Amino acid sequence: MDTTPRTLPRFSATFDPATLAEIRRAAATGIYDIRGGGAKRKLPNFDDLLFLGASISRYPLEGYRERCETSVVLGARFAKEPIALKIPITIAGMSFGSLSAQAKEALGRGATLAGTSTTTGDGGMTDEERGHSRTLVYQYLPSRYGMNPDDLRRADAIEIVVGQGAKPGGGGMLLGQKISPRVAEMRTLPEGIDQRSACRHPDWTGPDDLEIKIAELREITDWRKPIYVKVGASRPYYDTALAVKSGADVVVIDGMQGGTAATQDVFIEHVGIPTLAAIRPAVAALQELGMHRKVQLIVSGGIRSGADVAKALALGADAVSIGTAALVALGDNDPRHEAEYQALGTTAGAYDDWHEGRDPAGITTQDPALAARLDPVLAGRRLANYLAVLTLEAQAIARACGKSHLHNLEPEDLVALTIEAAAMAQVPLAGTSWIPGKGGV
Amino acid sequence: MTPEPQTVDLADTSVRDLNAALHALSPDTNMTAWRVLNPGGRHALAAGLLAPVTVEIMGHAGYYCAGMNQMATVVVHGNAGTGVAENMMSGRVEVRGDASQSAGASAHGGLLLIGGNAGARCGISLKGADIVVKGSVGHMSAFMAQAGTLVVLGDAGDSFGDSIYEAHLYVRGHVANLGTDCVEKPMRDANRAELFAKLAAAGLAGEVDVGAFRRYGSSRLLYQFHVDHAAAY
Ligand SMILES: Cc1cc2nc3c(=O)[nH]c(=O)nc-3n(C[C@H](O)[C@H](O)[C@H](O)COP(=O)(O)O)c2cc1C
Repeated sequence: MDTTPRTLPRFSATFDPATLAEIRRAAATGIYDIRGGGAKRKLPNFDDLLFLGASISRYPLEGYRERCETSVVLGARFAKEPIALKIPITIAGMSFGSLSAQAKEALGRGATLAGTSTTTGDGGMTDEERGHSRTLVYQYLPSRYGMNPDDLRRADAIEIVVGQGAKPGGGGMLLGQKISPRVAEMRTLPEGIDQRSACRHPDWTGPDDLEIKIAELREITDWRKPIYVKVGASRPYYDTALAVKSGADVVVIDGMQGGTAATQDVFIEHVGIPTLAAIRPAVAALQELGMHRKVQLIVSGGIRSGADVAKALALGADAVSIGTAALVALGDNDPRHEAEYQALGTTAGAYDDWHEGRDPAGITTQDPALAARLDPVLAGRRLANYLAVLTLEAQAIARACGKSHLHNLEPEDLVALTIEAAAMAQVPLAGTSWIPGKGGV
Repeated sequence: MTPEPQTVDLADTSVRDLNAALHALSPDTNMTAWRVLNPGGRHALAAGLLAPVTVEIMGHAGYYCAGMNQMATVVVHGNAGTGVAENMMSGRVEVRGDASQSAGASAHGGLLLIGGNAGARCGISLKGADIVVKGSVGHMSAFMAQAGTLVVLGDAGDSFGDSIYEAHLYVRGHVANLGTDCVEKPMRDANRAELFAKLAAAGLAGEVDVGAFRRYGSSRLLYQFHVDHAAAY
């Protein structure tokens, strides 16, 4: 027997097994990988921040006794009818089409139970979601699918979508499998085509036009509805300033971890900046314009826990928005469907072929049999429970920092674990007073 | 008997007050005739109307005139800025002069009649409305047009009908070039009848020879992703 020591088989860090598999897949199919979800790579994120909590110089609030308020008002800048939410956590826009009607209904039910809002998406407003959502934000997207003034008037707020964190500069995608007769009709498209939505609005470009567009929407709705502007995080300082200048009531910044229903993987992983890096520049723009807390900032992209909520608010956001986590609360990627995920060539927790419409959990599908698996009442209850936990967790942290309202959390309550996070969040590296680029020791 | 029009002079009334007054009209109002003086190119004039009234704008309109119109007839006695009748649902919008870019963008229903020329992106994302342009249209007109018809008596600019879905396009003059996935299609009897009906609705029956038009629409090659079509973009 040869006992000569041998080198172990060694994978390249550059050409790792996933990379090799992707090259083979590309060579075999000639088409880029399309998938749902957000950036899967490791990014500087809220886990890299810690709260300091109370000490001799700061005293805490009693965890189970003293009130810690959570309410937020959105859109008081210009709208006659601003939105009042019980919690600063909203449900992000996800289209009917990408999601089943049952899933949209469940989101509305859960949000309503929790005292918050939900949002339509790139496919118009369904009666199910309007009926089950006390507060519904109506998206105004480049595609304008299903856009109509009646829905505009029955919405509680309007969100002009400039971009999404998962794909700043890209339009929506909905592949043929999901263009069911109802989806096709709502979007005025032929059934079964591979739909690629516009990425640019058809009748405005740039901030000067946006100002006139916002004024038009206000005129049509008689200045009653708050108007949000949603952008994917890429140039948050300038985009926030331009949205404010254009007359927005609320700015929504969606970081690159933010989910999407379907986009090229290369887009999701390589365009845009992380949520953590987007908040301070957006807040700085608001502060410089004297508009912080007057124009509300909603932050989304990778929010999972009450700690994430508290950190986003401490950095200056007025509210956060969740997409992926809300779907998981409904039942997405649940291990109880493992056998079916295996049959689809994946595993619970990694399933992201949402564009194929074969979701075993019945959420990202238009297949009537699969969609019927989701009970909107039960799923809505799960979402409400989850939202309650996020709120309780954020309150627990806020009380420990001595805050009687979640909005009283501030950057001074935070430190960073890594230099990257310290630089992006502009808080000191833990145990130091050093903020990269800002001095300190 | 034509009722005496309600007159609003924008020299001393705001656009907000004008639109609020128009929005307050119920579908069975008897104040069906309105005249707007001194529009001065202001934006969002008569936007969001939802009653069968007639609004005559006595001059030039800015952006988004008659935006999202439902049921109303809006006549601009002048030129109209970007996005005239954008997202119109029903009714009729007439521009006696020229229209700027994105005229009738994403409109779902009703008729937009432009007496002069229309700029770039006329009928972009069209979703079911009819647009008749007596003059010519600019580049990228009918871009991604999904449904409805665009009738052009003059010429069409570059990339006409690019990425078109199921909208019907008729042009009497010269088309600079066709956009991706847009092709010329044969004029059949049904098409001639459709075109005649659209022209008639625009008040042009008999004035224009249907036989002088060519028809364009989608080749539908790009409806499904296919690697062999990647070079089309
Ligand atoms: C299934 C799905 C569909 C989505 N559809 C839309 C949409 O129609 N319009 C939009 O602006 N954003 C859409 N998004 C993005 C969300 O609004 C939101 O920005 C994102 O999900 C937030 O990040 P998170 O998923 O990490 O919470 C979608 C996201 C998902 C997961």
